[in-house]
Amino acid sequence: MSNVLSLTTFLPILGVLLLLFIPKDSKGVLRNVALAVTVVTFVVSLLILTGFQTNAEFQFVENVPWIAAGPFIMRYNIGIDGISLWLVILTTFIMPIAVLSTYTAVEEKVKEYMICLLLLETGMLGAFISLDLFLFYIFWEVMLIPMYFMIGIWGGKNKIYAAVKFFIYTMVGSLLMLVALVFLYFKGMQAGIQDFSLLSFFTLKLDLATQIWLFLAFAFAFAIKVPMFPLHTWLPDAHTEAPTAGSVILAAVLLKMGTYGYVRFAIPLFPEAAHQFAPLIATLAVIGILYAALVAMVQEDVKKLVAYSSVAHLGFVMLGVFAFNVEGISGGMLQMINHGISTGALFLIVGFIYERRHTRLITDFGGLSKQMPIFATIFMIVTFSSVGLPGTNGFVGEFLILLGAFESQLRWWTIIATSGVILSAVYMLWVFQRVMFGELDNPKNQKLLDLNAREIAIMVPLLVMIFFMGLYPKPFIDKMDPAIKKLVAQVRVASVNAQMVPPAAAQMQMPEGHPAVMPQMPAGHPGGAMPAAHPATEAAPAPHAAPAVNPHAAK
Amino acid sequence: MFDNVWLIPLFPLIGFLINGLFGKKIKNEAVIGGIGTLMIFLSFLVSCGILMQMIGLPPEQRVFEKVVFPWIHSGHFKADMAFLIDPLSCIMIMVVTGVGTLIHLYSIGYMHGEEGFYRFFAYLNLFCMSMLLLVLGSNMLVMFIGWEGVGLCSYLLIGYYFHKKSAGDAAKKAFVMNRVGDFGFLIGLFTLYWWFGSNHNIWTVNFMEIKAASHLLPYGGVVTVATLCFFVGATGKSAQIPLFTWLPDAMEGPTPVSALIHAATMVTAGVYMIARMSFVFVKSPETMMVIAVIGAATAIFAATIGTAQNDIKRVLAYSTVSQLGFMFLAMGVGAFSAGIFHLMTHAFFKACLFLGSGSVIHSMHHALHKIHSHDDAQDMRNMGGLRSAMPITFVTFLVSTIAIAGIPGFSGFFSKDEILWQAFANPYHGDLNIVLWGTGAIAACFTAFYMFRLVFMTFFGESRINPKAKSYLHESPLVITIPLMVLGALAVVGGYIGMPKILGMLPNYFEHWLDPVFALATEYSHKYVSHAAHPSHALEWSLMGLSVVIALVGIGIAFTMYVKNTALPGKFVATFPALHRAVYNKWYVDELYDYLFVNPCKALGQFLWKGFDVVIIDGVVNGVANVVMGFSGIFRYLQSGYLYNYALSMALGVVVMLGYFIFK
Repeated sequence: MSNVLSLTTFLPILGVLLLLFIPKDSKGVLRNVALAVTVVTFVVSLLILTGFQTNAEFQFVENVPWIAAGPFIMRYNIGIDGISLWLVILTTFIMPIAVLSTYTAVEEKVKEYMICLLLLETGMLGAFISLDLFLFYIFWEVMLIPMYFMIGIWGGKNKIYAAVKFFIYTMVGSLLMLVALVFLYFKGMQAGIQDFSLLSFFTLKLDLATQIWLFLAFAFAFAIKVPMFPLHTWLPDAHTEAPTAGSVILAAVLLKMGTYGYVRFAIPLFPEAAHQFAPLIATLAVIGILYAALVAMVQEDVKKLVAYSSVAHLGFVMLGVFAFNVEGISGGMLQMINHGISTGALFLIVGFIYERRHTRLITDFGGLSKQMPIFATIFMIVTFSSVGLPGTNGFVGEFLILLGAFESQLRWWTIIATSGVILSAVYMLWVFQRVMFGELDNPKNQKLLDLNAREIAIMVPLLVMIFFMGLYPKPFIDKMDPAIKKLVAQVRVASVNAQMVPPAAAQMQMPEGHPAVMPQMPAGHPGGAMPAAHPATEAAPAPHAAPAVNPHAAK
Repeated sequence: MFDNVWLIPLFPLIGFLINGLFGKKIKNEAVIGGIGTLMIFLSFLVSCGILMQMIGLPPEQRVFEKVVFPWIHSGHFKADMAFLIDPLSCIMIMVVTGVGTLIHLYSIGYMHGEEGFYRFFAYLNLFCMSMLLLVLGSNMLVMFIGWEGVGLCSYLLIGYYFHKKSAGDAAKKAFVMNRVGDFGFLIGLFTLYWWFGSNHNIWTVNFMEIKAASHLLPYGGVVTVATLCFFVGATGKSAQIPLFTWLPDAMEGPTPVSALIHAATMVTAGVYMIARMSFVFVKSPETMMVIAVIGAATAIFAATIGTAQNDIKRVLAYSTVSQLGFMFLAMGVGAFSAGIFHLMTHAFFKACLFLGSGSVIHSMHHALHKIHSHDDAQDMRNMGGLRSAMPITFVTFLVSTIAIAGIPGFSGFFSKDEILWQAFANPYHGDLNIVLWGTGAIAACFTAFYMFRLVFMTFFGESRINPKAKSYLHESPLVITIPLMVLGALAVVGGYIGMPKILGMLPNYFEHWLDPVFALATEYSHKYVSHAAHPSHALEWSLMGLSVVIALVGIGIAFTMYVKNTALPGKFVATFPALHRAVYNKWYVDELYDYLFVNPCKALGQFLWKGFDVVIIDGVVNGVANVVMGFSGIFRYLQSGYLYNYALSMALGVVVMLGYFIFK
C-alpha cells in the first residue's frame, strides 16, 4: 500500500462524513462510530509501522501537485521518517483512548464533539507527515480550530477566557511562522527551488543573518506551542478548562507539534542560527523545568498541577534536542512519546475523579486509596512514570536527554536541569499523598466507586506502554536512530561550514527532471510563467522525493 | 550455574506478579506468604549454587558477566540488562536472599491478620528483586534501576499504613531525600562517562570496562568531582549526614520492613556502590577523606541521638545510621573488605535486633489490645521485665546486642574492631587518623551504652506495662522465633570467617575472598600514600584491648543508670535540660531543613505562580493585547516601508489566493 499514510490521515475525515448522517440524539451510536473510526485508524497506522524500513530516508512518500497560485506552488508532499513515525503512531494510539474517555464525560452536543475530535486527528496526523512546508502550515492551522471549539464549548467555568487565550497565543505564533515561510519561499526561488518542499529547502544555504531572522520566527511559533517559559501561561488555563479528552490530546500530541517543529524544521533548516541560539533556548528550557516544577508544587487544582508538570517535561525535551547529538535528540524524541503517554494518563486520571466528584481541588480529597484500590494502583504507576523511575518509560527519555546534554556544550545547564528530577518527585508524590493517602475524612468521598471496566480498559494500554518502553525501548530507539543520525550530521556539518554555497552549486543539486528555473528569478515574478512550467512537474513528481542529503554530510 | 544468574531476580519478580495481581483473590495468608517466601528462597538456592561454583574456581577467574537482553543503545551510549558475578556481588546476593528469606518467613507471622497482607508480600518481593538488580548489575544503569527500585519499594512499604498521615509523610520524605542522592549519582555517572568518552573515546558505564580503563583516570581533579557526586548518592541511600533524617522516620513501616530494608540491605547500597567502584574512589584522596570524615561524624552524631530516644524502633534506627557511618569510615580509610564485612555482620545482628523488637511490639500490642489500652506498644517506658515472658526473643536480642556492642567472640567485634584498627593504621589520612579512630571509638562507647540501655529498659527491671495487660504478654510463635534464632546464631558465629590476622586462630577467609575485587584499588592507593612505618603488633593488641574496655564502660554506664540506680537518668535530664532537649529532638535537624529548604521552596513556588505567572507574564500578554487593540485603529492608516509589513501583506495575499482556489 503506497498511500497508507494518506489513508491513515484522512480516515478520520471519512468518519466525520459518517457522523454527519447519524442523528444528533443517538449518542451511543455517535460514540461507538467515533471509537470505531479511531480504532480502525490506529490499526491502519500499524501498517506504517510494520512497513517502515529502518533507514534515514523518508518513506511512504506521496508527492503530487496540489495548488499553483501565482508564484506559489504547493504540493501534496507527505512522507515519514524515524522522527515522525512514532509521533504518528502516538497520535493514532491516543485517539481511541481519548474518545473512549468521553463516553460519560460529555453529554451535550456529542455529535459536534466527536466531529471535532476526528478533525483534530486529521490535523495532527497531517502536520506530522507533511514534507511540504505550506501543507504543514495548513494542517497546523486545521488543528487549532477544533481545539479552540473543544475548549470554548465543552470547557469549564472560564472556558471563553481560556479558549481565546489559547487561540491568540497560537495565532500570533502561526502568523510569524507564515511570514517566515513566505520569506523562505522567495529565498528558495532565488536559489532555484520552486515549491515548498522541505527536502529542497534543506539544500538551501542561507546567510547567517537571514537564518537568524527566520529561525526566530519559527522558533517563536514553536516555543508557544511547546510551551517554553515565558510563553507558557496559556497552557495551564487551556488544560484546566478543556474537557478531559481535550487535555489528553493537548498534552499528548498538540504540545509535541512545538518540539517536533524544532526537530523537523527550525533546526535543520537554519542550523547555524540554531547553534547560535542553543544557549538561550537551553536557558529557557532549564528555567522552565525548575520554574514549572516549583509552581506545580503549590497548585491547589490537580489538573493545573499536571499542566505545569507538562511544562517541566517539555523543558527536558527542548534541552535534549538542543544538545545536537544522537543521545540528546533520541532522548528528546522518546520523551515526547513518554510524555504523551504518562501525562495523557495523568489527565485521564484527573478526569476520573472529576467525573465522580466534580471538583479537582486537592483539599477535597484524601485517603482515596482505601475506597479505590485499583485507581490507586494505576495512579501510582503513572505517577512514577511521570517522575521518571527506572523501569518505566519516563526514565529512558530523561536519562538520554541528560546524558546527551551533558556531553554537549550544555553541561552546566544539564546539572541544573538534573535537579528537576528531585522537584518532580516532590510535587508528584506530594499530590499523590494528599489525594490518595491519609484518612478518608471527607464524607463526600466515602461512597466513591472504583474504576469500572471501561475506565480500566482505557488505562491498560497506557500502562502496558509505560513498562514496555521502560524495559525494552530498543525497537523505538532503533527505528528513529538513522533519521536522528542524519539530522545530527546535517546540523553538525552546518555549524562547521558556515560559509555560503554559491547559487550555482545549489542548482547542481537539483534533480534532473526538475524544470529549470533561473536562480535569479525575481520575487515578484508575474504569475503567468509558473503554471506553464507546472505540467512538467506533474509528469515527473518522483524526483521531488530525492533525499536532501547535504553534500557535506558524507564526511 | 553462572549462566542462570538471571533467575535470582526473576523469582521474586514472579512472586511480586502473582501476589500483586492475584493476591487479593487468593486471600489465604499461608498461600500468599508461602509464595513470597518460596520465591526468595529459590533465589537463595540459586545464589548458593553460584557461591559453590565460585569457590571451586581459582581467584583470578571469579568474574562472570551475563547479558540478558540489550536495553538502551543510542549513539555512543550502550547499556544492557546485564549481570556481574564476582566475589563481592556473591556476598551481597547471599546476604540479600538469605536474610530476605528469614524476614519473609517472619512476616507471615508478624503480618498475620493485617489488611493488605498480599500487598505487603508483593512489595517485599519487588523489593528483593530491585535489591538483587542493584547488587548484580554489571553497569551503572542496571544498578540505577535497582537503586531507584529499592527506593520505590521503600516508599511503598514505609507508606504501608497509608491512612496514617505520619506514614505518608515519612514515605515521601524517604523518596525525596533519596532523589537528592540520585541527583548526585546521575551527575557522577555523566561526569565519568563524558570524561572517558571525550578524552579516550571509551564510552562506557560498564563496571568491568571502567575497571580496565581506570589506569587512565588522573588522581584527583575530575575523579574527585565524579566520586563526590557518587558519594552524595550514597549518603542519600545509606542515610549519612546530611541526608540521614529520612531513616528514623522510615520506622513508620511495619517492623519486618525496617529489618530488611532499613537495616540489612537497602541502606547498605551506598557502601556497596563505593566498594563496587573502589578503583575509582581511591584515585581521589579528597573524596576518601570526605567519606571517612562523614562516616565518622555520622557514626557519633547518630549514636548521641540514639541515647535519648524512647521508641524502641527509633533507637535501632539511629543505631543503624551510626553503624552505616562505621561502614563509610571503613570505605574512606580504604578498608573495603572490612567495610563489607561489617555490612554482612551488621545485616545479621541488626536484622535480629529489629525482628526481636518486632516480636516485642507484637506481644505488647497484643496485650494492650486485649485490655483496650491505647498505650504506645513501641515505647520502652511501657516495657520492662519482658525477659521472663519472652525468653527466646530475649536471648537472641541479648546476643545481638553483645555483638553490636563489640564484645570479643561475637561477630560485631571482629568487624568493628577491624574498622577501628584500619582507621588508626591506614596510610591515607596522616594525622587525621587519630581523630577518625578516636571518633569511632567514642561512637562505639555510645553504641554499647544505648544498646544496653534498650535491653535493660525492655527486658530487665520491673514491668511498667499496665498490670492488667501483663498476663497477656507471651512469646511469639515459631514462625517468628525461628528466624530470630537463626539470625542470633549468625550474629555469634558470622564473624569467624573474617577473623583478624593478629588473633592467628583462623585465616581471614573473608579478606582473601574479596582480594581479587579490591586488589586494583589497593594498588592505586600505593601510588600516592606515604609509606609510613607499619604500626606494630603490640599497638594493635593494645588498641583492641582499649576498644573492649570502651565497650565495657558503655555497658557499665547503662547498667548503672537503668538497672542499679534508675533515678539517675531523671537527675541527668534535670541537670542538663537544654542538652537533653536538643538530643531528644534529634539536634533539630529536621526543623533546620524545613527552615532552609522546604519552606523557601514552597514560598518561591507561590511567588512564581501568583506573582510572576499571573501578574507579570499574563499582565504583559493582556497589556499588549489591550495596547494593540487601542492603537491598531491608528496604525491601520499608516504605511511603512518595512519589510515585515510587506511580508504580512504577502501572507494575507496567500490566504486570499488560497481561499479563491479552494472555493472557486
